[in-house]
Amino acid sequence: MSASRAILSKISEIGDFGLFVWAAVSQFFRKPHRFSLFIDELEFIGNQSLFIVSLTATFSGAVFAYQSWLAFAMVGTESLVGPSVALSLVRELAPVMTGLVVTGRAGAAMAAQLGIMRVTEQIDALEVMGISPIQYLVSPRVLAATIALPLLVALFGLIGNLGGYIVATYVCGVDPGIYVQKLKFYMDPWDFYHGMMKGVFFGFLLAAIGCYKGYHAKNGVAGVGKATNDAVVYSTVTILVLDYFLSVLLPTGNRTQ
Amino acid sequence: MATKGKVQFENVKAEETLVWLRAVTKQFPGNPLPTLDCVDYEIFPEKIHTILGFSGGGKSVTLKMILGLLKADSGQIRVLGQDMSKLEGNALNSLRRRFGMLFQGAALFDSLTVFDNVAFPLRECRKDWGEEKISLRVKELLDQVELDLAAQKMPSELSGGMKKRVAMARAIALEPDLLLFDEPTTGLDPVTSEIIDDLIVDTTRKLAAGALIISHNIHAALRISDFVSMIVDGKIIERGTPSQFVESEDPRVRRFLKSAGVL
Repeated sequence: MSASRAILSKISEIGDFGLFVWAAVSQFFRKPHRFSLFIDELEFIGNQSLFIVSLTATFSGAVFAYQSWLAFAMVGTESLVGPSVALSLVRELAPVMTGLVVTGRAGAAMAAQLGIMRVTEQIDALEVMGISPIQYLVSPRVLAATIALPLLVALFGLIGNLGGYIVATYVCGVDPGIYVQKLKFYMDPWDFYHGMMKGVFFGFLLAAIGCYKGYHAKNGVAGVGKATNDAVVYSTVTILVLDYFLSVLLPTGNRTQ
Repeated sequence: MATKGKVQFENVKAEETLVWLRAVTKQFPGNPLPTLDCVDYEIFPEKIHTILGFSGGGKSVTLKMILGLLKADSGQIRVLGQDMSKLEGNALNSLRRRFGMLFQGAALFDSLTVFDNVAFPLRECRKDWGEEKISLRVKELLDQVELDLAAQKMPSELSGGMKKRVAMARAIALEPDLLLFDEPTTGLDPVTSEIIDDLIVDTTRKLAAGALIISHNIHAALRISDFVSMIVDGKIIERGTPSQFVESEDPRVRRFLKSAGVL
């Protein structure tokens, strides 16, 4: 395939993805409402991710506190470990890490589930029964991920800070009172809101990409594997690239960029 | 329609049929030749029709056109009195609820039990029915396909033939006007195939529906069909009653019949 055809094909795929996402969003609000499916997905994406997100958050906060303490100790500013860990976590690490963890767990599962349904004609069966597969399969997943992700981001931020606090105070010997005082002084509620807003975008995109790739899977079992792999790669890259732009564009309250 | 035993399909009016295709052409991007080339076809009420053909001949594309899963490049498709080229969204979904479709791989929802699979179209389309009425109807349907004892099993626990029977129960749950079967006996042993074939005949007669079977199985086609057609390279090359089909002088039909041991 020539370079120009490859580029045209990618542009066409992006356009197709846009229409797919629009159909998923618009059909969620049409009758019949799929509220019970939405709750099932919320449980799968949110509730079933609690443990893995908590575990990742604890150790991310812990290692970040330890590395920050090593660096700050060189210039005698160990008291800044608290705000440094907290700001990095709630604004950057929490949304990005949560996005990546949920992509690996739920985004990949969405691509695999829909991919298997596609290659075994289950999606065709829905369509032939007069049921919109987008409304039945995609809309609940996309909406559930959009709501679950920011909540998981908040949880990641809280648990990550707890992990950082434990390591900074018990392992590195930072004074607990100073840790908390500095954290309160430098932190702003907008830092939390900023991270959670990123979570909304990441949740929406990882579910949309996972569903899109699975929905369009072809060529049997190998195609399902490719769809799942593509979903993880595309979602990961999208989250990392989008994170920069969201950091610049999203409101940060009284803090200057 | 019929004169002196010979069927005159060309003069059939759309109103006499459940499905009416005229000069339907479909070509996929990248393919040098059309997959369907000016196809005329009809499905009559209360009759069983089979389309035979080699792999890649256009059988499944014809089926997808009738289902509205693919749009024709040109020609006319009327299904249950409606012009398929003008139908989309809710109107198309409403029409599809009058179809019953049996997929090649059964296409049962693997996360649902046998009972829930059969109940699925009823729960979706019979909103005024209570769970008790749905339950009675599902039991009746499973009884019809002799799988009443498998109601709580998952599709992964069923054999190929059992899956097809469950899919058949699901397909007829809404008492459709048009039954469509995509290679219903492919991959099944001869005895199970015969059971499925008999089930097709029984349900079609019972519902007074029209049926279309896409198949490679010429023996079953000749045994259970009212009309048999053959499609090759996107063109219908032979159509008629089973006895007319066997007497075809087209060399491709004769080769097909010979290879299956009919001649």
